[in-house]
Amino acid sequence: MRKVLRAGVAAGLLALLVAAVASGSADKASQSSSTLVFGAAADPVVLDAALISDGESFRVVYQITETLVGLKPGTTQLAPMLATKWAKSNGGRRWTFTLRRGVEFHDGTPFNAAAVCANFNRWYNFKGAQQSSSASYYYNYVFGGFKTKGAKDALYRNCQARGSNVAVINLKRPYGPFLAAMTLSPFAIQSPKAMTDNDADKGRLTSDGVYQPLGKYGVPGGVASGTGPFKLVSWRIGDKLELERNDDYWGRRPSLTRLIFRAIPDNAARLQALQTGEIDGYDLVEPQDINTIKRNSGLKTLDRPAFNVGYVGINRSVEPFDNILVRRAVAHGLDRAAVVRSFYAGRGIVAHEFMPPSVPGYSTRVPKYAYNPNRAKALLRQAGLTLPVEVEFWWPTDVSRPYMPNPKNNFQAFAASLNKSGFKVVAKSAPWNPTYLGRADAGTAGALHLLGWTGDFGDASTFLDGVLRSYKQFGLPENYRLYSALDKALVATDADVRNALYRSFNNASMRDLIGVPYVHTKPALAFKRTVVGYRPSPTTSESFASVRKTG
Amino acid sequence: MLRFTVRRLLLLVPILIGLSILIFVWIRALPGTPAEALLGERADEESIAEIREQLGLDDPIYIQYLRYLQTLAGGELGTSITSRRPVTDELKERFPATIELTLAAAFFALLFGIPLGFFAAKRYGGIFDNTSLFLSLIGVSIPVFVLAILLKWIFSVKLGWLPSIGRQDVLITAEHPTNFYVLDGIVTRNWTAAWDAVKHLILPAIALASIPLALITRITRASVLDVQNEDYVRTARAKGLAEREVDTRHVFRNAVLPVTTVIGLQVGLLLSGAILTETVFAFPGIGTWIQQSIENRDYPVLQGGVLFVAIIVVVVNLIVDLSYGFLNPRIRLAGR
Repeated sequence: MRKVLRAGVAAGLLALLVAAVASGSADKASQSSSTLVFGAAADPVVLDAALISDGESFRVVYQITETLVGLKPGTTQLAPMLATKWAKSNGGRRWTFTLRRGVEFHDGTPFNAAAVCANFNRWYNFKGAQQSSSASYYYNYVFGGFKTKGAKDALYRNCQARGSNVAVINLKRPYGPFLAAMTLSPFAIQSPKAMTDNDADKGRLTSDGVYQPLGKYGVPGGVASGTGPFKLVSWRIGDKLELERNDDYWGRRPSLTRLIFRAIPDNAARLQALQTGEIDGYDLVEPQDINTIKRNSGLKTLDRPAFNVGYVGINRSVEPFDNILVRRAVAHGLDRAAVVRSFYAGRGIVAHEFMPPSVPGYSTRVPKYAYNPNRAKALLRQAGLTLPVEVEFWWPTDVSRPYMPNPKNNFQAFAASLNKSGFKVVAKSAPWNPTYLGRADAGTAGALHLLGWTGDFGDASTFLDGVLRSYKQFGLPENYRLYSALDKALVATDADVRNALYRSFNNASMRDLIGVPYVHTKPALAFKRTVVGYRPSPTTSESFASVRKTG
Repeated sequence: MLRFTVRRLLLLVPILIGLSILIFVWIRALPGTPAEALLGERADEESIAEIREQLGLDDPIYIQYLRYLQTLAGGELGTSITSRRPVTDELKERFPATIELTLAAAFFALLFGIPLGFFAAKRYGGIFDNTSLFLSLIGVSIPVFVLAILLKWIFSVKLGWLPSIGRQDVLITAEHPTNFYVLDGIVTRNWTAAWDAVKHLILPAIALASIPLALITRITRASVLDVQNEDYVRTARAKGLAEREVDTRHVFRNAVLPVTTVIGLQVGLLLSGAILTETVFAFPGIGTWIQQSIENRDYPVLQGGVLFVAIIVVVVNLIVDLSYGFLNPRIRLAGR
């Protein structure tokens, strides 16, 4: 018996040893210089461009498909993509796109004006379940209505193919952000044949309210066909998503022949997979991991330009915050530089307005409010108030956001600096969703509250309309006088005119102090040093076509 | 035996109904509602109200529960909010991963736990015994995720011997007819893939096995100590039976009986431990799936996943009860 048991133990130990040694080393993504393995935080949801709204789907779809209008890498500046040039007419209601010639979809069918119109018409003709925001979030956001639902409010009128390389998009009204919106992957042009052959429009709204595609287009194990530098090879949930180089790509041929996305939800696991060489790079690096990466000579971090804003909202319907002197006292009483320095691990920059510097319309002339407790107290006295002035200040629990990694830290630091500045802070908190957000939106989260915003695409409207139209949050009247500048900018189609309107709005809104923006953060990506050519973009429109491995 | 089995099977019905009520109520007690989860944080009140009505969230809770039972009866567990795929489809892909990991961990725990416990008892009070007691104490007290991170750091990051994430090297091309990756490799005769899947199992299985291994060692030890002083063992020795014969025929066989119960109870622990282990090793099983569903407020997955795991634990315990009755006639006779 003992011998048997001893043999068992010995065999077990031996098996482990053999396993460890014979395996030699862990998987090494670096074994191939033309294959890149990227660690994603999750699997994409869907690869039908028109139906995407999550970051991981965006990342993959951006490699497979292309839009009419592109972005200059790393910026929010428009650049030719599938359209080589464009012109507007009819007061900004008609956009004429001249299309790139000689481009083919991955399924071999030609890209032309008919294909462009087929895509625009597909979106407009979405029916039933496809019209739900859970299916076509961005179409709803930009175009507002469908042929069979809300047609009156829809931005889209029709599309005309003039010959094979001119597509004319007619809108019902001018829309300033139109070109910027057209850079979004949900408006990428996909092969009409591939979509029809694979029942892209077949889907249902389940009893859980979720849109579920039922065809073979854009789903795991299915197909997706665009004109991008990489083609879909296979997608198996929980395992990998594999792309291969599009050898017929119209642009410069990518150096990578194979691009693999692997879902690793845990942040620490992604970092370790990079350290072991199982992946070549990953996104959403935790601020606390940056030093670990920098200390490793084989790894590097890349900064993505800031595309968000964290702010302290002021509700002026709560007295005495209707008084501009009191709001200015708040602005001078918030030690924004200290918060950004202390809690953002070098990833934050102090914000002075509600949109980041990378977006056109950013103003360099907004009034700035330096931390100055004495000035704050003087302003409160000037307003005729007895110090300290009590203020209910709300912060959210159970949440971490790029612009607010730890809301409690921000709140405590701000409360301390306000208490030194003539205020007496009464702390209030609530769970983020739905309680806190609900209260903030309804204007019932005290006089001050912590909140923030991440933009959708490179246009000022996604920040200024996105944040500041929530008028109850700031205790503003629905017809707040400064909104007229936003209204004008929304229908203006001349870039210079729009930017001037947004700049003047930013100056005015910071004079009137709707709230106090305090941070823009720069997310980080991590790569092996041997990976070069990756250009982080504020809107995460990042192509692997320019990436190569040097070792 | 038949009556015993039938009685235990009948008991399953109220247990499962109770479980479904508990999980249903628990999910609804969590902050936020499926409507907000579905629409995201930028949703306006109007769309939330529309979705609430669509999903019947404003109906009384018992109506919602009956509707839920109706869906369950149809064999459906709902659709994931994050992946937009049926929960049952995801379960089919994820469950084999967790089973494979749990089996590997159980195998590891038994392979080492029983011999260690046996030898510790046979060398009662000696260095081997004390060392195994000390090690099992560590095994029980060290949190699974700490051990997992430690193992990964040593064997993957520092030594580079074993992979740190997933079930298979992404550069390997493999077919997956059953979703049990080791088995898939064997069935398709893709030995590279099979071996690679084994390599991916080693570290998570060791981490997951730490607690059961320690318990099995201690229970085997205690049980052997008990049994070797029994009258029938002494009689066997007195009759002049060789020590090896006594150990094999009388001590070991009787001592292993309590271990079967422990294994059953451990399945629950292994499955809950899998949540942490799988997260650390990015192992795409039920554990990471449920953990992600909590983060994403993916209610259908959370509800379906937890219910499924609960059913598995109940069923495994039933099987253990039945097998215990089979192995030890006194149990089933006591029920008469």
